[in-house]
Amino acid sequence: MLDSVASIFLSGRNMSRLMEGLAVTLEISVISVVLSMLLGIFVGLAMTSRNRLVLAGTRIYLEIIRVMPILVLLFLFYYSLSKIWGINLSAMSVAILVFTLWGTAEMADLVRGAITSMPRHQRESGRAIGLTESQINRYIIIPQAVRRLLPGVINLTTRMIKTTPFVFFINVPDLVKVGQQIVEITGMRNAMASFWVYGLIFLIYFIICYPISCFSVYLERKWES
Amino acid sequence: MAQHVLEIRNLHKSFGEREVIHGLDLDVRKGEVVVVIGPSGCGKSTLLRCINGLEPIQQGEIRLNGKSITSGKIKWNLVRQQIGMVFQSYDLFPHMNVMENILLGPLKAQGRKREDVEAEAEALLARVGLLDRKGSFPSQLSGGQKQRVAIVRALCMKPEMMLFDEVTASLDPEMVREVLDVILGLADEGMTMMIVTHEMAFAKAVADRVIFMDGGVVVESAKPEAFFAQPQTDRARKFLNTFQFNEVRHCLEEDDDECLP
Ligand SMILES: Nc1ncnc2c1ncn2[C@@H]1O[C@H](COP(=O)(O)OP(=O)(O)OP(=O)(O)O)[C@@H](O)[C@H]1O
Ligand SMILES: [Mg+2]
Repeated sequence: MLDSVASIFLSGRNMSRLMEGLAVTLEISVISVVLSMLLGIFVGLAMTSRNRLVLAGTRIYLEIIRVMPILVLLFLFYYSLSKIWGINLSAMSVAILVFTLWGTAEMADLVRGAITSMPRHQRESGRAIGLTESQINRYIIIPQAVRRLLPGVINLTTRMIKTTPFVFFINVPDLVKVGQQIVEITGMRNAMASFWVYGLIFLIYFIICYPISCFSVYLERKWES
Repeated sequence: MAQHVLEIRNLHKSFGEREVIHGLDLDVRKGEVVVVIGPSGCGKSTLLRCINGLEPIQQGEIRLNGKSITSGKIKWNLVRQQIGMVFQSYDLFPHMNVMENILLGPLKAQGRKREDVEAEAEALLARVGLLDRKGSFPSQLSGGQKQRVAIVRALCMKPEMMLFDEVTASLDPEMVREVLDVILGLADEGMTMMIVTHEMAFAKAVADRVIFMDGGVVVESAKPEAFFAQPQTDRARKFLNTFQFNEVRHCLEEDDDECLP
């Protein structure tokens, strides 16, 4: 059995190709998650504004992204951007663009929720002890918003990481795509290839995502006290 | 003649088109305890909120220690440091423990030294019987304890006067007393206060003067003994009657026994 496992991972450049795939997965995940968090905070703040135009704009953006399957967005940007606007983006850039668009929308909604669910009295109590508006934001509103945001943000992060394999369909060589190619080639002489390859991929995703949710449990415990 | 800490002249306050305070005048002397009572919706909370600048006013003037806080460019955060306010809802900051809640204003708003303020905060906490809870978070406190901390938080700013808006209204009956006792203690020390309450016995005990409001104006202003014994207006009489209950007896004298459990 060990032989068969070894023959899969050691033959050719299989192992290093898998690691390259992992790097692609991580690159898409990290860049789009970080961009989504930053942009999402701004869009989320905009969603709490009183300006009707801003509200309508962000609302439409959020709804469109919500009802649109990720795959359709990927195809739309990958196949039509170059034709319609003559923009040539690499598959990788399209992947990051689409995931950021999606993540920003979800993050914005989380931020909006965290802010609007803050009891009105929190701000007033801050005023009543003579704090300025910016001190109120800094010491009262933001720390509480961050605590409220955390579970949703962790959930969004792992969901985004778990959804990256969709880039498969626009030929980005991510971890799953590489794994599938390896299975296709080695599967002919080794019936267990799909089990070992996908098993390894399963393990890798687990190793990436599990610490993230552990971290959120840890922070929640710490803040609960 | 004693100095006026607070002077309100011809105060008009509207929400949108609707005016809820119609030209109210009121003076509060230094060390005076003014209890404000009146039916729901008559504008008691709104009045306190105007004094503390939580609501903008449309007309009139409010002066604190002789200085107008409604005309010209007002630094509200500085005014509010001189006026302590405690609300009906428990309004502690849930992400901070008791001590941090109390220190936030003195340290950040007033920029005072931590050692000084901490010693003061501990003394105040001890006075309200909560020194052992200084590390607790609001979620670990009872309603009565939270309100006592909220009072300490306001006191630690060393305000000129305190405003209380129905601070016991959402408390269980057995906790009302512990909070009212703290306020009675403050009155005893000569703190200038305006207190909105529905606790009539407490009002009688703590007030130097009772203000009866209705429909956004002051209808009566009198010493508590006079007001509760002999209200001058029908509206006040009617309002006080809502706190009286007529006795209801189901059992007749002769078959009293059957009524016993
Ligand atoms: N933010 C607001 N917007 C519009 N109307 C308001 C607002 N706050 C209060 N009001 C109105 O102003 C009037 C006075 O309200 P206020 O809260 O001052 O009454 P109150 O005397 O404190 O009553 P209660 O005893 O029920 O607390 C009420 O008719 C109320 O509906
Ligand atoms: Mg009220």
